[in-house]
Amino acid sequence: MAIRRGRGIAAINYPTGMNLGGDPTQALVHSTPTGNFMVTLSSVDLGQGMKQIMAQICAETIGVPTDRVVIDTADTDTGPHCMGTFASRGTHRAGNAVIQAAKEARQVMLEVAAEELEVNASDLETDGQGNIQVKGAPQKSISIFDVALSAHFKRGRSISGRGMFLIPRSYPEKETGAMKPSTCYAHACTVAEVEVDDETGEVTVLTVKNVFEIGRALNPKMVEQQLVGGSWMGISHALSETTEPYYPNRDHGGTDFNQYLMPGPGDLAETEIIVLERPSADGPFGAKGPGEMCANPQIPAVANAVFDAVGVRIDTLPITPERILRALKAQAAG
Amino acid sequence: MAKVPVQFTLNGSEKAEFVESGTTLLNALRDKIGDTSPKGGCHQGTCGACSVIIDGELRLSCLTLAETCGGADIRTTAGLAEGGVLHPLQRAFLDAFATQCGFCTPGMIMAAKVLLDRTPNPSREDVVEALSGNICRCTGYEPIIQAVLLAARANSQNAA
Ligand code: FES
Ligand code: FES
Repeated sequence: MAIRRGRGIAAINYPTGMNLGGDPTQALVHSTPTGNFMVTLSSVDLGQGMKQIMAQICAETIGVPTDRVVIDTADTDTGPHCMGTFASRGTHRAGNAVIQAAKEARQVMLEVAAEELEVNASDLETDGQGNIQVKGAPQKSISIFDVALSAHFKRGRSISGRGMFLIPRSYPEKETGAMKPSTCYAHACTVAEVEVDDETGEVTVLTVKNVFEIGRALNPKMVEQQLVGGSWMGISHALSETTEPYYPNRDHGGTDFNQYLMPGPGDLAETEIIVLERPSADGPFGAKGPGEMCANPQIPAVANAVFDAVGVRIDTLPITPERILRALKAQAAG
Repeated sequence: MAKVPVQFTLNGSEKAEFVESGTTLLNALRDKIGDTSPKGGCHQGTCGACSVIIDGELRLSCLTLAETCGGADIRTTAGLAEGGVLHPLQRAFLDAFATQCGFCTPGMIMAAKVLLDRTPNPSREDVVEALSGNICRCTGYEPIIQAVLLAARANSQNAA
């Protein structure tokens, strides 16, 4: 009986969103009288950073500082339609919708500015600081604050825009069954090192090294935050989490989240994260979806590492001590 | 059920309420007094989201009856910032990107505060131990551990 070490590797392709029935998200953008921009969405921020990313995307498209943008995701009943934030689709789908809405709003903003400055809208540019100026003659400029006041109180215009992003439904080809479940894929590879106690069946994850290819990282610190948490969650899925009982009788199963096990702060593997940025063709500023994707490659990597350590293939999750011991017993029985 | 009077200090100010006998401190704080910084995760003492500080001790407000808190000095995360300036732990949680959904954050900060009040220069093991009663679904814990260590460093620099 001994502690055995093993190393496993796994690589994944992960679709950004899915389009089994058509996959739409809409966004609306409008300016307040003071030249701040509201983005109205039904895409919810549940901690993944939706609001910050959408504010960055809107600000970049209109040409204003990010703190001039307010994101309203108040109500999925009354807001513009969104399929939801799942399947790593939030940044990609909502981001594209926000770009379209922000472009339309920017165009109206430039038209109003053009009237105020008595020039052509096509000759104008934003300075990113809250002003609009004539290209090549920055001394001729007007603040977006004043443009908004003019639109609201003088010219009767609504500086606003509508955005819609739809991945149309993909039907399978009759002959081959081939279809296009997604237009954009993120990629990841994980190497996990484990120790398996072949007496108790217990697995300790020593290190996880992850490389994630996620398109452009629109907010690198928040991407890192997602990936660190996701890597932990992948290990949690691999070794701990299940709503089924650990033992065959349902009476022994968990009845609530108190018995839904996850690794705690004392059980952390040494974790490394490397981000590769290869901008996607159809994502907002080249982004893909890093969210759900990042908790996947650790699972097969840990399963492979367990195989490398003790020579048994566990194909049911989570990889519990009991499953390992049963497999070892079966292996010994030949 | 009979109502019972309870009086305590919450983040430095006097509170007096009538609560149904058997009301938890968590429900009294959230529903009666309006301090929603303690979160109800499990309501049975396993997640730590409801952690508050009672007379200097870390306590689970979901397992504490409000009527047992007469005369107590109760502290919650909502009372940490002073005059609009964030507490060093709050600052560190922001700077270390230690929150995602934020549901665990007030409880984590309470646990960390009790640690730092007693052990101003904790080791990583001290921090892990102090946070071990608090569950986080989002961060993978490492950023939270780093935030607490960061706050400890910031405190010792300010003290120096
Ligand atoms: S709500 Fe009190 S410990 Fe979970
Ligand atoms: S940040 Fe979501 S539970 Fe900790």
